[in-house]
Amino acid sequence: MVRFLVRRLLTGILVIWLISVIVFGLYFVAPHNVATLLLGKFAAQDQQLVASVTHQLGLDQPIRVQYGHFVVRLLHGDLGYSYYSHQPVTTLLAQALPVTASLAIGAAIIWVTLGVLIGVLSATRPRSFLDRGATLFALTGLSFPTFVLGLLLLYFLFYRLHVAGVDFFPGGGYVPLTQDPWQWAVHLILPWITLAVATMAVYVRLTRGQLIETLGEDYIRTARAKGLRESRVTYRHGLRAALIPIATQFGIDVATLLGGVIVTEQVFGLNGLGRMSVQAVTNSDEPVIIAIVLLAAVFVVAANIVVDLLYAVLDPRIRLS
Amino acid sequence: MSTTDRRPALAVGTEEPGQPVEGRSPWRLAWDRLRHDRVAVVCAVFIGLLVLVAVLAEPISMLVGYGPTQQDRTGGITTDGLPTPPSPHHLLGTDNLGRDILVRIVYGSQVSLLVGVGAAVAAVVIGVVVGLCAGYLGPAVDTVLARLMDVVLSFPFLLFAIALVTVAGPSELIEIAVIAFFSWAAVGRIVRGQTLAIREKEYVEAARSLGAGDVRIMFVDVLPNLVAPVIVYTTLLIPVSIVFEATLSYLGVGIIPPTPSWGNMISDSQNFYQVAWWFLVFPGLALVLTTLAFNLLGDSVRDALDPRTEFRGR
Repeated sequence: MVRFLVRRLLTGILVIWLISVIVFGLYFVAPHNVATLLLGKFAAQDQQLVASVTHQLGLDQPIRVQYGHFVVRLLHGDLGYSYYSHQPVTTLLAQALPVTASLAIGAAIIWVTLGVLIGVLSATRPRSFLDRGATLFALTGLSFPTFVLGLLLLYFLFYRLHVAGVDFFPGGGYVPLTQDPWQWAVHLILPWITLAVATMAVYVRLTRGQLIETLGEDYIRTARAKGLRESRVTYRHGLRAALIPIATQFGIDVATLLGGVIVTEQVFGLNGLGRMSVQAVTNSDEPVIIAIVLLAAVFVVAANIVVDLLYAVLDPRIRLS
Repeated sequence: MSTTDRRPALAVGTEEPGQPVEGRSPWRLAWDRLRHDRVAVVCAVFIGLLVLVAVLAEPISMLVGYGPTQQDRTGGITTDGLPTPPSPHHLLGTDNLGRDILVRIVYGSQVSLLVGVGAAVAAVVIGVVVGLCAGYLGPAVDTVLARLMDVVLSFPFLLFAIALVTVAGPSELIEIAVIAFFSWAAVGRIVRGQTLAIREKEYVEAARSLGAGDVRIMFVDVLPNLVAPVIVYTTLLIPVSIVFEATLSYLGVGIIPPTPSWGNMISDSQNFYQVAWWFLVFPGLALVLTTLAFNLLGDSVRDALDPRTEFRGR
């Protein structure tokens, strides 16, 4: 167990290191000069100024040295300053993180619970009306690009309702949880749905397929034969075995989640990490981009370790080694 | 899974009783299943029409009477400078610059199909080659390549794709490269798993004892057994790539305006959807229907290629 954790942590760190090198390297092949960008119109007038700013930022040193400085600062919890807003990157991340966390965690809860539930309902009633409806929903949901779904929800549930005189759903924006929990939830309902639907469809199909296969196993017959209630057979005996592939899928989806977050935040005007990253890319704000990519990589690696640990909880036969 | 009470898959149900039994290859059987799947046929026809529309974009735009970037300043825009609703002049309305939405959707299909199919094919080719090498060439190569796939799969890919496109400058080719770069690893994993199982089979050993080299065994003996999952994966990867392309264009790092793509049309519509629903709905519909058709077709292809599937004329 401990050996497993240590090994996973070490490979995780290796992956994060590789990503940091790739991202860092990418920005040094970028065809632009940071100092010129920062100085704007002053750059054209004063070449000496450009040189001194470049020197100040340490950008005139070899890339190896720059990367070394970056790692040392990183280990001290310093991610540098944004080229654009001149604030510390850590401050910017701290501002954006609650928005993204609210969005992502809420959506994940919705897609896992609803996805598994609908999957169970359609697996226990194969080829029924409900099952066919669920399959149709899953395939349609899978085919809806996040931004199309988000904009359509905005059009119908915000704008059409607004025209009809009902102002329940806001047209975007974010209210902090600490300020007003009710408004926080109301502002996030549409983004949650937008982010959850496509992924939920995957879980519906996965749960349905797994459960149908599991319910054909001998031990399920035994459970029924000893007189257990059908709900107990389905949820305790059947679903438990189906949860392993669902956990695997969840690990995969965490990496995809950030992509969905970028688009959803863009559609609903939420100032989270996703929107911040798009703006940083547009502004060539390298310190911010590197920080967000690293943060996302850490998150993905951590989530996958948690999923591996979950296996042992879900199925006692699995030994972590 | 119990199969005892099932009809064997051979009984496709098309032959009359009394006709002589005819030997059919698995491919023929799969084709027969696919042909009798109504959903698959409808989707295939839709995709066929879409390809036709993309190829004939220029004649269609001449027929409609407007070019893809041509601004109709007289009838295509209201006096307030707003898009005009669908009318006999502009069947699907116009956008905020007075451009015909129908013509732009038609031209946008070129981008979607080109990038979608191109990226999916590129990803599958890379994935198959890397997966074969990882699965066949032994533990040393496997460890390196499997780790590489892990790294690619744990990348925050959309974010990185945006960064990559910004650095390299947006173009269709860059888009294909970026999408393929983030998609091949999933294919690679599947191929690797299958190859690991196949390399232990007797016929591979037989080939080796006949003196076949590694490359020959990989591509002549192992690869043909992977064709079915690879076909399924390619069909399912196309809609993913199409959505990926549209997302990049929506975020402003894909196809550069004024060249129309479904993604940048939807992005343009974001400021106008409250006054011009057609501006959002029609490009959105084109995108959703296309991905839905590819997804449904991919599903049917999977069912058809799976020998365990019973034939049922849905």
